[in-house]
Amino acid sequence: MKTSFLDFEQSIADLESKIEQLRYAQDDSAVDISDEIERLEKKSAQLTKEVYGKLTPWQISQVARHPQRPYTLDYLSLIFTDFEELHGDRAFADDHAIVGGLARFNGQPVMVIGHQKGRDTKEKIYRNFGMPRPEGYRKALRLMKLAEKFGLPVMTFVDTPGAYPGIDAEERGQSEAIGRNLYEMAELKVPVIVTIIGEGGSGGALAIAVGDVVQMLQYSTYSVISPEGCASILWKSAEKAPEAAETMGITAQRLKTLGLIDKIVSEPLGGAHRDHAAMAQSLKKSLQEALKQFDGMPTADLLATRYERLMGYGRFKEQAVG
Amino acid sequence: MSWLTKLLPPKIKREQGVQRRASLPEGLWSKCPSCEAVLYMTDLENNQQVCPKCGHHNRLGSRQRLDLLLDGEGRFEIGAEVVPVDSLKFKDSRKYPDRLMEANQSTGESDSLIVLQGAIKTLPVVAAAFEFDFMGGSMGSVLGERFVRGVQVAVEQKMPFICITASGGARMQEGLFSLMQMAKTTAALTKLSEAGLPFISILTDPTMGGVSASFAFVGDVVIAEPNALIGFAGPRVIEQTVREKLPEGFQRSEFLLDKGAIDMIVDRRDLRDQVARVLALLQKLPAAA
Repeated sequence: MKTSFLDFEQSIADLESKIEQLRYAQDDSAVDISDEIERLEKKSAQLTKEVYGKLTPWQISQVARHPQRPYTLDYLSLIFTDFEELHGDRAFADDHAIVGGLARFNGQPVMVIGHQKGRDTKEKIYRNFGMPRPEGYRKALRLMKLAEKFGLPVMTFVDTPGAYPGIDAEERGQSEAIGRNLYEMAELKVPVIVTIIGEGGSGGALAIAVGDVVQMLQYSTYSVISPEGCASILWKSAEKAPEAAETMGITAQRLKTLGLIDKIVSEPLGGAHRDHAAMAQSLKKSLQEALKQFDGMPTADLLATRYERLMGYGRFKEQAVG
Repeated sequence: MSWLTKLLPPKIKREQGVQRRASLPEGLWSKCPSCEAVLYMTDLENNQQVCPKCGHHNRLGSRQRLDLLLDGEGRFEIGAEVVPVDSLKFKDSRKYPDRLMEANQSTGESDSLIVLQGAIKTLPVVAAAFEFDFMGGSMGSVLGERFVRGVQVAVEQKMPFICITASGGARMQEGLFSLMQMAKTTAALTKLSEAGLPFISILTDPTMGGVSASFAFVGDVVIAEPNALIGFAGPRVIEQTVREKLPEGFQRSEFLLDKGAIDMIVDRRDLRDQVARVLALLQKLPAAA
């Protein structure tokens, strides 16, 4: 797969295309230019390192939305085995923007639930751009309750621009569906490990993101509203999205500093989309460590710790009432 | 000032205890924004800011709401000591602390939720009400904490918890902290359920976004005021996304009742009685005389 480059990667893109040309020339050239290619490849890696070393939050949100970024089903095939997809909310429909089912993680049965985006136009529409409707949250909840019944840990993968803002979604109780998940996940009697793999967009993300461990991939984002949405409300102009991204604090680094997430999972050089297999390896290791924490932990402790975590969210001060 | 207002003695111009709403014109007369009937202010106040001609429910401040819902005696405020901080140093066209200060000056409140322990017709409850005029009733860390403290008191004192919402959603100026309040507030309600205590959720105009999509709809009984705008995504956002005209009455209380999203629509003037009846039934108490 040919890497597609983002605007701020122009210098890397230029260099890569030069390398590509040289490789092409090498094929029918008598002169050996492999040294030159190697030199340029090193230079490209160095350049990528430099560019990625100082990404702005807005640039990171572009990487998080990269069209080649690995999605839930990619991780399912790279990290898990024996995936048995389970469909439907048993009430209305099967939402394709959320996938889920039973799978084995290092041989251990688990429940996997995640948002799913599409790659090409057709699939994007099929997946509704990763924006779930109420039946998606209800399917997710049904699978979580199933996991609870059989004592299976739940692993969720978050990657959505947000809940679908459509007439039908409202008619079928979008608000209730999200709220119900928040309520039920607060007291689900099995460990829930949450990973933000791309875009953690608002309520649509949170509806499967209440858990015992919340980790983020290095270039994923997690926010209460998209930078564009925030900019158009507060600045009255979507053009101010970079400023909004900066001030809202949407990156893994910032959220870790604020104590809102537990861990950052590092991505391969140039982002997860450059090397799906390496990304999956890094994520697998992190999931393994996360899961180990709950080995033999009594359910009461699990729930008490989760409750404490939930109650701990927020920054305020206390002062004497006058 | 009109000649009519000038003629009036100051006492009549302002009823004590009732804050004047920015949405209502000043003076003795008021025009209903819905039916455009010209109303005598006293009539409107006697009708709890509901238009006596067409039944239009004007917005109410949080303290007025709680005044109308709760008995006069034995009230204690919960969580007033919790006040906001600017943890992100958030700045859009203006700084967050400036917005807070302005909201504080215009409402007299330090954040957008007021929680009181009190009673409805002698039945002890904890009741919370949103102050929409404080930054659009937006949900930030303070709101979440006050809500949780209210629920905790309800659990400890074995009382039902009631919340009256009026909110545009999450408070963007607190970034992800505000999103997490959805999880925090809703999680607290699991303890209320464990204790077998009711949570009555009363939705008023407007109840949107993160407030709608968290605790608002997990009420044991969900009540809405007539014609209130209630939903997750705002109507304009939906219109832009689907590029079609929204159906008549979309996201209004009557629409939600029809879709099965809420239990009942209650006129504000009957709300106190109705809540008391529902609570008595849920708690297996004798019917009030």
